[in-house]
Order: sequence, then C-alpha cells, then structure tokens
Amino acid sequence: MTPLTTLALAADSATDPLSYSGPAWSPYVVGALIGVLSWLTFYFSDKAIGASSSYANVAGALGRLFARRHTDSLEYFRKNQPKLNWELTLVVGILIGSFIAAWTGGEITDQWLPPMWQARFGAHSYTLRMIAAFAGGLLMAFGARLGGGCTSGHGISGTLQLSVGSWIAAICFFLGGIPVAMLLYGI
Amino acid sequence: MKSTASGKVSGAGRQLLLGMVFGAIFGFLLQKGGVGKYHILIGQLLLRDFTVAKVMGTAIVVGMLGVFVMHWMGLVKLHVKATRIGANTIGGLIFGAGFALSAYCPGTNMTALGQGNLDALFVVAGMIVGSYFFAEVSGLTKDTIEKWGNRGELTLPDLFRIPHKPFVAVFAVAVLAGLVALAKLTIR
Repeated sequence: MTPLTTLALAADSATDPLSYSGPAWSPYVVGALIGVLSWLTFYFSDKAIGASSSYANVAGALGRLFARRHTDSLEYFRKNQPKLNWELTLVVGILIGSFIAAWTGGEITDQWLPPMWQARFGAHSYTLRMIAAFAGGLLMAFGARLGGGCTSGHGISGTLQLSVGSWIAAICFFLGGIPVAMLLYGI
Repeated sequence: MKSTASGKVSGAGRQLLLGMVFGAIFGFLLQKGGVGKYHILIGQLLLRDFTVAKVMGTAIVVGMLGVFVMHWMGLVKLHVKATRIGANTIGGLIFGAGFALSAYCPGTNMTALGQGNLDALFVVAGMIVGSYFFAEVSGLTKDTIEKWGNRGELTLPDLFRIPHKPFVAVFAVAVLAGLVALAKLTIR
C-alpha cells in the first residue's frame, strides 16, 4: 500500500474524488498533445498559451461601456487596452473544443452542482456553490493579474520556457490551493 | 500575459481565427484529459487524484523540448514572463486559494462550462469582477509588490549559470523521472 492510498481511507467514499469518473484519455497522451500544441502556437502565432488575461480583457471592455474615462485611467487597462485579440478567441475556442469533446464522448453534464460538491455540501447547496465559485473566480483573477498569469500562462507556458517566476507562481498555486481545498473537504 | 506583436504575424484576422482553432484543440484536449471535471481538479488539490500533475508535467517536457529546439534553430521567439518574486508569490498564493474555492482555473473553467458544468458561469462572473478590481489597484501594486524581487526575464538555467542546452536535457529527464514516480505512487 502506498502512502497515498492510506490517506484515502480516511475519506468518505462520496467525497472521495476517486469514486467518480476518470479522464477519457490518458493524461500522458493529453499532456504530450498539449505540449505539441504549444509548439504550434509559438510557431504559427508567435504566442504562448494563456487564459486568464482574456477575462481582464472582457472586464475592461465592460468597464469602458459603463465608465469609459475611469476605466481608461486605470494603470492595468492603460497598458493592456481591451480589444478583440488572439487570447480572447483562444478562450472562446476552449469552450467550443470542450463541448465537441464532451458531446462526442458522451460526457455532457448539464448540471449546476458537481456530484462531489453535492456529497459534501448537500444536493440543494446552490447558493453556497454560487458564492464559492464567484469568490474563487474573483481571487483567481486578482491573483493571476498580480502574479502575471494562471495555470496555463505560468503553469504550462511559463514553466516549459523555464521562467523562474512561472515556477514560483505555479508552486504557489498549489501551496495556496491545497490547504484551502483540505479545509473545504474537512481533511 | 502580454507579448509584443512581431513582424512574422501576417494578418490580424488570420491570427484571431488561429487563436480560436488552437483554443478549440486546447479545450478538446483538456476535456479528454478530464480536467474539466470538478472532482478531478479538486482531487488534485486534495492530493488524491494526480491527473492534473500528469497532464501538466507531460505538457511541460514535450513543450519545452520542442519550443527550445525550434528556438535554437531560429524558428521561434521565446516569451519568457518577467520574474517578480513578490508578485509571483503573493499572486500565486491568492490564485491558489481561489482555485480551491472554484476548483476550475481560468482555462479549465471554460472546459467545465463547455461540457455543461453550469456553475462555471459564476466563476466567469467572479473572474471579470476580480480582474476589474485588480485594475483598480494596479497603480498601487505596480509601485509596491510588483517591484519586490523584480528580476526581469530570468530563466532557471540563467539562475544556476548553466548553459541552456544541457540544462534543458537534464531538466527533461528530471521531470520525466517525476512523472514515472507519480505513475508508480498514485492511484490516478
């Protein structure tokens, strides 16, 4: 028995991630193909994959709709003017690609609450999930903008280029995330 | 993530289309890799399901080898983000806490939404508000946190003063060894 199996025995089966379905494809195959995809984005688009800046892009565009002068006066939006760009279409593409993968693979979920969340917080914990998801998004966006990227931009693109800052950020994602996740699931 | 436009890019419309195509491939792969699933993502942070680490580790090895070889052949430019130790650390920890609450990160959130996890819509809303909130204080962070430990475009081989080619080779072997260890020690 490995040390990681013993850790599992403490967990209740409905709140054990391993009691739910695994990935459709081998994570190594998927990882290798994402690696190859990064070659293509560098070669054909002169870009590294990143997801978080697009949310800021949309935030800036919405801000300009309601408070144009104020939005344009902010340091971040002065340096990163909201516009339709490669990063934004990439994020829209993720949505489309995921839908195709889930649809063809019979994995469309169409649900507001993930089953494992329901097992921990109740089948009707919509408000709680709404708050956690919104607060999580808020913190992630703030952290990604301050830290310079997210799990894609730092965690894959930055680390594969051996950027010191990206390795620091990627390690901190997990250092920050592990204790909060363990608190949430009472481990 | 900002990179300056280069002369190689031919046509903005073509690049927008390419972005969507690359995004669709990325989203397809993320979904097939299971990282749009709530339990797999939170399972990684609970140290029960190591799918995320396996996907990331393999992507790093394969991506690194190809990108560096193409770079040495003069085919691609690198886009190394600036190392700002203070901002990377504090931003990274805040990001991690948010990641645990939502369980979806910015890229996998769109994967989750694409496969029908509708709670990802609240993450989108939170990300937009959080981005604007950061912009509100970005004048302040620029003169404080973002200045702490600002080392510019620093890479690991530069830090250890090792030539890039041997470093990349050794590093690839090290990450592969880590992946083999993960495969042996983890259930999933």
